Amino acid sequence: MRSIVSPVISMDRVAKNFLSKRALDHVSATIHPGQFVAIIGRSGAGKTTLLRCLARALTVGSGAIHFGDVDLATLAGRALREHRAQVGMIYQQFNLVRRLRVLDNVLVGRLPHQTGWRRWAAVARWFAPAERAIALRCLAHVGMVDRVWQRADTLSGGEQQRVAIARILAQDPRVILADEPVASLDVLNGRMVMDTLRRIASGAGLTVVATLHHVDYARAYADRVLGLRAGALVFNGPPSELSDAMLVDIFGEYPPPLVAAGAAPFSDVAAA
Amino acid sequence: MSLATGALAGLGAGPVPAAPPHASPLRRNLLALLGAAILFAVAARIIELRPLELIRDAGNIGQFLKGYLRPSFANVPEYAWQCVVTVCIALWGTLLAVTVSVPLGLLGARNLAPHPIVYMAARRVMDVLRAVNEFVFALMFVTAVGLGPFAGMLALGLHTGGVLGKLLSETVEAIDPGQLEAVTAVGASRAHAIAFGVVPQVMPNFLSYILLRFESDIRSASVIGMVGGGGIGFYLWDTIRAFNDREAATVILLIVAMVMCVDVVSSRVRRAAI
Repeated sequence: MRSIVSPVISMDRVAKNFLSKRALDHVSATIHPGQFVAIIGRSGAGKTTLLRCLARALTVGSGAIHFGDVDLATLAGRALREHRAQVGMIYQQFNLVRRLRVLDNVLVGRLPHQTGWRRWAAVARWFAPAERAIALRCLAHVGMVDRVWQRADTLSGGEQQRVAIARILAQDPRVILADEPVASLDVLNGRMVMDTLRRIASGAGLTVVATLHHVDYARAYADRVLGLRAGALVFNGPPSELSDAMLVDIFGEYPPPLVAAGAAPFSDVAAA
Repeated sequence: MSLATGALAGLGAGPVPAAPPHASPLRRNLLALLGAAILFAVAARIIELRPLELIRDAGNIGQFLKGYLRPSFANVPEYAWQCVVTVCIALWGTLLAVTVSVPLGLLGARNLAPHPIVYMAARRVMDVLRAVNEFVFALMFVTAVGLGPFAGMLALGLHTGGVLGKLLSETVEAIDPGQLEAVTAVGASRAHAIAFGVVPQVMPNFLSYILLRFESDIRSASVIGMVGGGGIGFYLWDTIRAFNDREAATVILLIVAMVMCVDVVSSRVRRAAI
């Protein structure tokens, strides 16, 4: 595709087993800067495993993942922390620190940016006014600035996910990895979260990789779709090439055609 | 089977399917009950359990207690002061315990320990601290720092440090791993990950354990004077051993009052803090 730009992530025959069960079966793909990539597949197809390998929360069994020029397998200690600072994670269960206030949760994203004595001040949850200003701006971007003093566990699911997005905005990563970002949300909140991610990706030129189990979301938001079946990459292309036959290939005998072919996804929601 | 109405009517008719084989727990439970009965019977013989004598000679206790009915008020100021000393021993003992327990508890939690060997070492240190009674520690420290409250405070602090460390490590192991993972995933250092991913999750429980152990330390501090650890315990030991019943009664009353006051205060603190 954009072969002039060097890929931000390249996977080379990535394989991973859990005990004897094959989770990833020699997956090779490259992801270019600024792309919005959806990983689709059935539960257990290896979507989350692949994402966790990209985040270096897991190490690959064989093959290699390069992040820029860096081989993820070589990372340890400080270099690993610096890599993680470049990668923002969004989780299905949001994973906010539930007993902390919204502001403190967003300031978590600023932790890797603290240097010198401020690193130690941050252990006591003290941040410079400029850092708090950044956090507030991130909250304003997701429309949550009026909840800044509320405890995270008092928010609804959609609100928590928006705070989680503010947290990675504050983190200022190069890549966002989102693990089923909308699976725990209703359709409206899910769209709001996906719209925000999309806006970040195109506005700030960030790369987004999201696992999704709804084809509709992938069709509506992704520049490129990776289809996994039983750990193997069976589709790699733009969403327009996702034919019904292709969906059967990815999802098996029962593709979920929630939206008739040709219809705009979420047209029912847009009307509401 | 044909009696089924409502939703049950929709179920398929025909023979009831056989459940998978499953061992009956009755036999096992009876065996366990028998085993426990034997264990307790043997233990009763060993400790010379004779309930009949307790009933027959209960009058002797009354005789003994009669001396306690008229407490003496001659030395109340001194006893009251020693109660203050006792509370102070417990305060500093608990503070020392918290200081000891935080590093041990964090290193002794499986999900935070940097290495299995560190985890094992921290666990064993906590085991030793818990296994050695505070009285034994007190006897040890008396040889180092002499008789007095300082030795008692050190003894309480070490023993309670082991207990609190164990409780903390178990609380840390029960945290929601997702919250910690999210903090780690932003590239936070270990200290940051603990401050943001662990501390908020364990703080309410840990505070509650600290207060609970403080109340328990008050009771321990009130007797640690028996072995030279300072506080009201010395007078408790001295008056009882000298059959000075009226003085002993005063001391016991003061200890009871002190424990009740501390429990009231600490339950207030608990409600305010948690």
